[in-house]
Amino acid sequence: MPERDEAGEVTITPYRDGPLLVRGPVRLEDMHGREIAVNRETIALCRCGKSRIRPFCDGSHKLVRFRAPTGVERGRE
Amino acid sequence: MSGTPSARGEISALLLDRLAGPVGALPDPMLREPDEPLSDEDLHLSLYLCYELHYRGLPGVDERWEWEPSLLGLRRSLERRFETALREAIPPAPLEVGPEEIDLALRGIAEADQGRSLSKHLEREGSLDQFLEFVVHRSAYQLKEADPHSWALPRLSGRPKAALVEIQADEYGGGRADRVHAELFAVAMDALGLDRRYGAYLDHIPGVTLATVNLMSMFGLHRRLRGAIIGHLALFELTSSLPNGRYAAGLRRLGFGEPATIFFDEHVEADAVHENIAAVDLAGGLARDEPALASDILWGAHCLAALDRRWVDHVLDAWDAGQSSLRVPLSRAGAQEDPILA
Repeated sequence: MPERDEAGEVTITPYRDGPLLVRGPVRLEDMHGREIAVNRETIALCRCGKSRIRPFCDGSHKLVRFRAPTGVERGRE
Repeated sequence: MSGTPSARGEISALLLDRLAGPVGALPDPMLREPDEPLSDEDLHLSLYLCYELHYRGLPGVDERWEWEPSLLGLRRSLERRFETALREAIPPAPLEVGPEEIDLALRGIAEADQGRSLSKHLEREGSLDQFLEFVVHRSAYQLKEADPHSWALPRLSGRPKAALVEIQADEYGGGRADRVHAELFAVAMDALGLDRRYGAYLDHIPGVTLATVNLMSMFGLHRRLRGAIIGHLALFELTSSLPNGRYAAGLRRLGFGEPATIFFDEHVEADAVHENIAAVDLAGGLARDEPALASDILWGAHCLAALDRRWVDHVLDAWDAGQSSLRVPLSRAGAQEDPILA
């Protein structure tokens, strides 16, 4: 879990082979500006593209054996 | 807990008889060695009753029984039988991975289970009666969901403590009583025409199911097993979001709507968050703080996988044979009314 230096700061953490976890006060909205309801303090956004509740993660990355590093990717084969 | 359960053998008979009376020394029972300590009916009902004194208590039972030394002595004897059998069935392995790789090791445990899937059965072809049985089994834990893992909170500090709080706050509804996961389960039971009261189905629930709950209570109540309870939670979360999506789909196939499905749908989204925090920040963080616990973390996860596998096999074997998977089948009177016609 990232250290939070300032109150109210948002952190986004890519978890290895998994989703992006978003911590902090965020507003999620679609491209038309309509709010997407957020029901919890920490949310997981789909990173593999296979979730059936996008933009949220539903664990589908495990089924498709999605692989991605937690840090920055520097190109891949 | 609603109602007093029936005894399943000498130990539970002794306990139920004495707990109804004044607090005092229990006679030293002559404990037999159960043939199957991972699912024995008398052993696991007795342990479940001992542990319930630490959760919601038992109806008509003096609350001072919780710390009666002779009862704790009996509980310790039962726990020794259970833990010894666990360590024989699932030998703790020397750890070969560092704290940075605990999440990968936990994922490996989840992927290693290639047995039959209860969630796929209930999604595709399970009957309403089978779904009701499944919910009754799960009520042994789900009506106190998250509570066994909360025992670990005062035993942690720093990063793993913050991670456990982050998960548990969500389990407990983020401050909203109507979003507490145990409450969502009770709502689902209600929608399915089942009795939502805590403990209402204890007589129906077999030892093989109670063992899965006793595992959490034993891990949670013993500080020495704090690694195991954290490993248990991490694997539980890792193996939760996909099956819960299937349970919700199965309920929709059977014609149910949101009051019945909300518990399962909520767990798809919630546990997809929790599994990352539990494996990386909680389990990995604890292994970094206390490297000696890394082996216990994975052992706790292996114990969950093994007892869950026994439970799933028991349930599917019974259904394959056209029988009830419960110790006492549900009567249709047990389901208050036909939820589809209601």
